[in-house]
Amino acid sequence: MKNNSFLTVRNVSKSFRGLDAITNVSLKLNPGEILGLIGPNGAGKTTLFNLITGFLRPNSGSVLFLGQNLMGMKPHEICKMGMARTFQIVKPFSQLSTLENVAVGSYNRMSNVKDVEEKTWEILKFVGLDKRALDPASNLTTPDRKRLELARALGTLPKLLLLDEVMAGLNPTEQEEIIDLVRKVRETGTAIFIIEHHMRVIMGLSDRIVVIHHGVCIAAGEPRVVCEDEKVIEAYLGKGAYLAEN
Amino acid sequence: MPSRPMQPTTHLRPGFSRKAWISLGLVLVALHLLPWVIPNVLHVMIMIFLYAIMGQGWNVLGGYVGQFSFGHSVFFGLGAYVSSLLFVNLGWSPWFGILFSCAAGIVLGLFIGFLSFRYGLKGPFFALIMLAFAEIFHIIAMEWKAVGGALGILIPLEGNSPALMQFMDKEPFYFITLWMMVGSLYLVWKMEGTRMGLYFLATREDHDASEALGVDTFKVQMVAMAISAGMTAMGGTIYAQYLLYIDPDSTFGLANSVEIMLRPIIGGPGTILGPLLGSVVLTPLSEITRLAFQSYSGVHLMIYGLILVVVIMFLPNGIIGLVRNVFYKMRKRAG
Repeated sequence: MKNNSFLTVRNVSKSFRGLDAITNVSLKLNPGEILGLIGPNGAGKTTLFNLITGFLRPNSGSVLFLGQNLMGMKPHEICKMGMARTFQIVKPFSQLSTLENVAVGSYNRMSNVKDVEEKTWEILKFVGLDKRALDPASNLTTPDRKRLELARALGTLPKLLLLDEVMAGLNPTEQEEIIDLVRKVRETGTAIFIIEHHMRVIMGLSDRIVVIHHGVCIAAGEPRVVCEDEKVIEAYLGKGAYLAEN
Repeated sequence: MPSRPMQPTTHLRPGFSRKAWISLGLVLVALHLLPWVIPNVLHVMIMIFLYAIMGQGWNVLGGYVGQFSFGHSVFFGLGAYVSSLLFVNLGWSPWFGILFSCAAGIVLGLFIGFLSFRYGLKGPFFALIMLAFAEIFHIIAMEWKAVGGALGILIPLEGNSPALMQFMDKEPFYFITLWMMVGSLYLVWKMEGTRMGLYFLATREDHDASEALGVDTFKVQMVAMAISAGMTAMGGTIYAQYLLYIDPDSTFGLANSVEIMLRPIIGGPGTILGPLLGSVVLTPLSEITRLAFQSYSGVHLMIYGLILVVVIMFLPNGIIGLVRNVFYKMRKRAG
């Protein structure tokens, strides 16, 4: 079972100058699944993403994707394997047009400029940015920048998409639009690993949820089960929080 | 008749309209007639083209990939010394030597690039590494007697011998530099519409985001470095053959690095025409101030400093940026 799994994180630890950011985290992601990652601020969620995508190297443990060990691989190599990510703090290529931004991702899978442009337009239409295609990315609004993050990642035609708080700073309507997009992406067979603070969003979207606190995985399982976990309530949700929201 | 594009145009690879091609052709024809119309500007024109070539070299790395080099004189000097030494010591024609200059520049560029980019050096750190390498070569050229020491190299005059890239008149150099300049423009124009060209820009804008999208930023920077170093080194060879004299200060010196980088910065970094435009503005200015203040050496550098301050404060994207802004506003007012 271990060998044919999609994404396996095995006993990964990372410390920064003696400060333990991630301690012995293990988790598994199945093909086509949406896995939610929650935890208080500073729990190590983004660090875990950085470890998986090759931006950081763990002190110990390993990450396996499609049966291959990712340790020692560079981010662009991991991207080529079919894993794409977005950044919590959006990083648009400000001086490039929206179209060019997405084309950078598309060039991974095809080299003919016409194919790339066609694919790019398709993705821009999908996320609803086609009207801004020729504007420089620096002119985009915050919600559009979030969409651009998503569009660029989709341009690489990922098998696994890691979304780092794509809905932060958006109003409920805009969130709803992104949620729709995420669902549609999953329908195409792409697995999704998503960090999100909005409980309403994560509960509705995820098949399973992993909770980390102080770099340690404290719970994992189906949304309902996780939310009733004593430790999770104490560390993150607060007593009655989930009940109050619903 | 509506202007039709000459080649299949996409938004990722914009082509020129027929009108643009025709005007470009007319400019080229005019430039070919220039030596017979106003022959006494040839020296300035040669220097304009020469620094446009080297500025274009700097532009590939500094403008497109965003790695500002403060020591491009190291490639310029290397190019000038390699071909000159091959000629003086072995009698090899500079036409042949220029290839070695280019290769030497590429090798050195890749070496410096490997040291810097492997550790992700950027911004001021990379600029200082380049400055340090230029200074190392400056000192070596000064101290090493076998390469002429502080006195430099005097290239023996062989009369009018095209095979050795020596001419009694300025016209041949005018055409050599003109066509090399056109070649460098063509290369960069072609590059802009390719995958590598887009990767250059993405790397400039954000290293992490590029990596996350599958761009090998190390490789991208190495490629840019190779093109940049090779182009600048070839300029160095032409410079040496044109003046027939090189010394450490005028080749590896810091002032020369400033000369090279200032042109694309003022013209518009990261644009095809920026280096040429910057050279058209700056080169005559430097020639005139040098003549006007002959007894006060360095005055032109003070003027450069002033221009640089003004450009950075008011025209962060150079002259091209200003022109684009004006066009944008005009179109907005019209539409």
